[in-house]
Amino acid sequence: MKKSANISNNIYPALLLATLFVAWYLATATGLVPGFMLPSPLDVLRAFIDSFSELMRHARVTLTEAFTGLGLSIILAFVIALLMDRFEGLYKALHPLLVISQTIPTVAIAPLLVLWLGYDMAPKIALVVLTCFFPMTISLLGGFKGSDLDAINLMRAMGAKKWQIYRYIKLPNALPGFFSGLRISVSYAIVGAVIAEWLGGNSGLGVYMTRVRKSYAFDKMFAVIFLIAFLSLFLMKGVELLEKRAMPWVFTTREEEWQEN
Amino acid sequence: MKKVRLETHNICKNYAGELIIKDINIYLRENELVSLLGVSGIGKSTLFNVIAGVTAPEAGQVFLDGRDITGQAGKVSYMQQKDLLQPHLKVLDNVALPLFIRGMKKSKARTEALKYFEDFGIAGTEDKYPTQLSGGMRQRAALLRTYLFSRDVALFDEPFSALDAITKRAMHRWYLALMERINMAALFITHDIDEAILLSDRIYIMTGPPGVIASELIIEPPRPRGDDFLVSDAFLNYKRQIIKLLSLA
Ligand SMILES: Nc1ncnc2c1ncn2[C@@H]1O[C@H](COP(=O)(O)OP(=O)(O)OP(=O)(O)O)[C@@H](O)[C@H]1O
Ligand SMILES: [Mg+2]
Repeated sequence: MKKSANISNNIYPALLLATLFVAWYLATATGLVPGFMLPSPLDVLRAFIDSFSELMRHARVTLTEAFTGLGLSIILAFVIALLMDRFEGLYKALHPLLVISQTIPTVAIAPLLVLWLGYDMAPKIALVVLTCFFPMTISLLGGFKGSDLDAINLMRAMGAKKWQIYRYIKLPNALPGFFSGLRISVSYAIVGAVIAEWLGGNSGLGVYMTRVRKSYAFDKMFAVIFLIAFLSLFLMKGVELLEKRAMPWVFTTREEEWQEN
Repeated sequence: MKKVRLETHNICKNYAGELIIKDINIYLRENELVSLLGVSGIGKSTLFNVIAGVTAPEAGQVFLDGRDITGQAGKVSYMQQKDLLQPHLKVLDNVALPLFIRGMKKSKARTEALKYFEDFGIAGTEDKYPTQLSGGMRQRAALLRTYLFSRDVALFDEPFSALDAITKRAMHRWYLALMERINMAALFITHDIDEAILLSDRIYIMTGPPGVIASELIIEPPRPRGDDFLVSDAFLNYKRQIIKLLSLA
């Protein structure tokens, strides 16, 4: 029953997507939209296949930047959230600053980062960290602070040390939030890396994008856009799988609820 | 006479400058079950928090086997109304948690905990998550966790109050039978007068505010007590007495 529900849930977006592609194809094939403004989906597919090896080479760079940035953000988020949870003063001092820092548009600081850190991977990774670590810090902190006080008291009554309270209560409580933060962050990470690459560098999907734009190769441009969207989706799916592995208790319960319905 | 395990001397506790409990002197003998009855907000849980060492009292001491344990957590075990089973741990790990905390090797702690699953009526649940258990089973699992934490002295803060009447009665019967097999001195908080009379050797009546021990009642019939005790004259007499003592406040 669950499976059939899944299939019918997937059918609607698939149908819509197919309709859009057909409409797109017709618009270009009939000459409604001139080919130099919008390439036909077949051209895009051809461009994707023709420049596949080049795309992969650039994608590897972008993914390396995104993953390094993401990894650093995760570490940073854990450290900062832990410290902010442990020390009330630090929480009070840092929380408003963190929120304010999020009102600064990343696109605006990207050129500065390139100026400061050069044309290599460093400014790209820095931008990824700046966009990603905040949602994860906030969700982790929320999980730590939202832990059941009675459960913590019970742990204390059992003589638990501080780290044991984190190990058995606070960290598990923060996991669901952490994963929803991570799901947002993986797509931010790729987009962040691409934006930073627009502003300079030798390789990466963003660099490739600026190049094909300058040569008006719109078919290739679209191929990159699709690749980026596809990579984001793929990573989000990966996070989802990771989430299921990391929190089996959430999914056993849900399955039972489904069975009852 | 059995020897005294747990004892408090003139415990006082303030919250926000207000005296909540005053000069509490109670004791608990080996293998004894003692209940604490009193209206809501009188300070019963506060007293437990002091005894468990979770909060420090303004005055007074707590003794375990004659040693001063005031303000020290981890000496007596503690179970609350909420079972506080952790949703992310399987039942076996939830129950073995106090052993993990003590630093016992995980595999050893699990083997140790598993020995008691049968006795505590939760055999076969070890690989489930708490959400997959019924209310009564969760409570029994929490009880086993309490027992594994300390076999000697346990504090129970309304352990059965979240259960429906029928499950609760079944738990009482089961609990009384269990107590025949294991030796555990227990201090019980309850709002349920019947429960207190059925389970206890002695009952402390708390009145106030500030919360003080107003009187102490000894329930004579030996444990375990069957269902017929619940409808006996002796039972009703105790009940009448307690209602009177509580309404004197
Ligand atoms: N951590 C705390 N901070 C401030 N006041 C508290 C705290 N804990 C309890 N109190 C106050 O102490 C008083 C006694 O509370 P306590 O929880 O001990 O009552 P109780 O007898 O257990 O009540 P109940 O039967 O409803 O559980 C209440 O007025 C409560 O508001
Ligand atoms: Mg209470």
